[in-house]
Amino acid sequence: MPGRLPATGLLAAAALATLLAACGRPPPVAVHPADTPPERLSDWGVVLADGRALEFNDGVIPYDLNTPLFSDYALKLRSVWMPAGASAQYRETGEFEFPVGTILSKTFHYERAGERGGMPLDVVRADRESGLDADGQLDLDRYVLVETRLLVRYDEGWQALPYVWNDTQDEAFLELAGDVRNIRLNDGREQQPFVYVVPDANQCGGCHKPDHTAAEMRPLGPRAWQLNREYRYPEGPRNQIEHWSAIGMLAGAPESPPEGVRWAAPGDASPGQRARAYLDANCAHCHNANGPADTSGLDLGIGAPLGRRFGICKPPVAVGRGSGDRPYDIYPGRPDDSILLYRMAHSDPAIAMPELGRSTVHREGVELVRDWIAGLAGDC
Amino acid sequence: MRNALSTVLVLGVAVLLASCSGSEGPERELLESEFQKQLQMQLIKAKPGDVITIPEGVHPINRGLSLNVSGVTLRGLGMDKSILSFKGQVQGAEGLLVNASDFTIEDLAIEDTAGDALKINEGRNIVIRRVRTEWTNGPDEKNGAYGIYPVQVENVLLEDSVAIGASDAGLYVGQSRNVVVRNNRVEFNVAGIEIENTVHADVYGNLARNNTGGILVFNMPDLPNPGHSTRIFSNEVVGNNTANFGAEGTPVASVPAGSGIVINSNDRVEIFDNVITDNNTANIIISSYFATGYQGTREMVDDYDPYPETIYIYGNTLSGGGSAPDGLELKALKVAKFGLTGSFPDVLWDGYVNTDKADEHGRLTPEFAICVDNDTAEVLNVDLGNGSENIVIGDEQHRCTHEKLPAVMLADPLY
Repeated sequence: MPGRLPATGLLAAAALATLLAACGRPPPVAVHPADTPPERLSDWGVVLADGRALEFNDGVIPYDLNTPLFSDYALKLRSVWMPAGASAQYRETGEFEFPVGTILSKTFHYERAGERGGMPLDVVRADRESGLDADGQLDLDRYVLVETRLLVRYDEGWQALPYVWNDTQDEAFLELAGDVRNIRLNDGREQQPFVYVVPDANQCGGCHKPDHTAAEMRPLGPRAWQLNREYRYPEGPRNQIEHWSAIGMLAGAPESPPEGVRWAAPGDASPGQRARAYLDANCAHCHNANGPADTSGLDLGIGAPLGRRFGICKPPVAVGRGSGDRPYDIYPGRPDDSILLYRMAHSDPAIAMPELGRSTVHREGVELVRDWIAGLAGDC
Repeated sequence: MRNALSTVLVLGVAVLLASCSGSEGPERELLESEFQKQLQMQLIKAKPGDVITIPEGVHPINRGLSLNVSGVTLRGLGMDKSILSFKGQVQGAEGLLVNASDFTIEDLAIEDTAGDALKINEGRNIVIRRVRTEWTNGPDEKNGAYGIYPVQVENVLLEDSVAIGASDAGLYVGQSRNVVVRNNRVEFNVAGIEIENTVHADVYGNLARNNTGGILVFNMPDLPNPGHSTRIFSNEVVGNNTANFGAEGTPVASVPAGSGIVINSNDRVEIFDNVITDNNTANIIISSYFATGYQGTREMVDDYDPYPETIYIYGNTLSGGGSAPDGLELKALKVAKFGLTGSFPDVLWDGYVNTDKADEHGRLTPEFAICVDNDTAEVLNVDLGNGSENIVIGDEQHRCTHEKLPAVMLADPLY
């Protein structure tokens, strides 16, 4: 009689064990089939949040970029996870080649300016990469989560999935059609209300298909010059490319990868290098030789020659209202006669560049590009 | 294998959620309509062969819509019945952005978008039929730039559509190949119809009225391919005298009000059997890139040809044009040459010539000539390159003909 539990009993015991284990230590990361993405972000097990704090699961590695895309002053928490034993292949230019099963995550969050639950959302215009503390935790009394975007690598390619966080900050839900939030940005002097837009799944491809003809979804950030920087891991600070290589997540990295260029760190690089890094990160996903904006004949990639196709003395083509009565994309020495700067300095959807992911003006980015154009020699 | 494993894990996580977190459904501010979300979901999840229907009604949309799946039809119940209204749009440089082939859109309207109304960027076998794009407040610099805007497309039929109020071009076909634009109505745009850097376009049966310029055929520099071989025939191009309301700095902002048909820097263009009347600057204007007043001519790219060549104009009904040209210089020129009550001839030419293609008198060789074989119509060469020092009317060099261009043959499945 004893010693033989019925099958159902076994299952129940297993479920209980899972439950007990789960409440103490979460289950590992799970890759779901491409055609049935889960409604709840927690089902992936990458990001763990209980309403009080957010942290990453075991094996999920956070990272920062040298020059991130500007997204309405949102702070961004990035992570990479790969199946055990798999590793990404290093590439000198372009993004690394990631193995099937890779999950990249990006969590958009803000520092709160007001109490939890306030409407509209009052947030601080903060100047840092993310709110993650030294212990690898994000304090949800101090920060508010808006959305988490996943990029998942399947056999047939990458899939983009936008998840939107709830007010209790313990779950995010799949919103393939995107979403909008009213946010008020506080910079200590004034409050700037704006509509924060969570892109829909198609719009993810608006940036993440940098070759418009091939139309393949690809990650944009994780490339050598973007990752070549220090990160403060719980075990201590270390170069990200070194760390990825050391833990077996990255194969083929050389001794000295391309120098990282940080747009916001004046000491590191020349204004030209910083401005070009900024334009690459913010523009070149469309404005490259094969991108959706190749219709304009403008190529702002970090490797593109600094000539007419880069906008120097280039008149516009189908600019519409975006010209601002200015003659050239970039007029050397004359930022106020440069179309590029006009479009960066506006938030009207008919004028603003980039077209997606920005409802506010990035003052610091405008300033950087303005100074660079002002210092460019030559005339048109 | 992975699927089975995942299923177990998913169950585990579900248990975890149920027991540990006490999570509830999403709570969000309702800032946009259910219809909008549903429509974008349909566009995201579309499969080849799908027909997505826009029901009757005015549907407010506040973010740009997009479609990336080929083989889809988007269909309303009529351009005055199924209306997507983008008034107050907060995001998106277009109303609807399509990157797909074998796409048909018909019987609906797109109104009041912040930027372009309908943009189709790369694709083959596209049909746009009985679509209306309109800025309902009338001509205004703040209107979006383009109404219907296919670019880098091939094998395209754009017919029976209506475009009103675009601050650039109502119908704009750019960098494309094998295009038919027929039986459309364009009104109160800066440019009614614009064909740019496109190879093999037939533009016929259209009504272009009350625009700044009726029908434009342009070539712009810095683009992958120059255009050529456009036929403009059997259109009505009437009274395009609306003041130019294009944003300064855009190429079309240099088009004078009162322009009927304008050829700029494009080659092998045929204009025949049209009714072109009462366009106050000129019924037909032929110009080079140098005449546009655009910047950047000094550093013209090497492979760009700024001259209009091999132009053939015949069989049109021309009347009433050139009586009140736009712009001080043209006004002064008209008064000086033709008097207060006189008019410019029907065809205005800036007179710039590529000397490599001209004879010793500076006249284009027969292959490249601007030929006007149209009843009594005359060409006015305003000699812009020499400060209008040697203005010529009715020069012999234009009394010529060219071999006619073949009709555009749309390929299967459109024909």
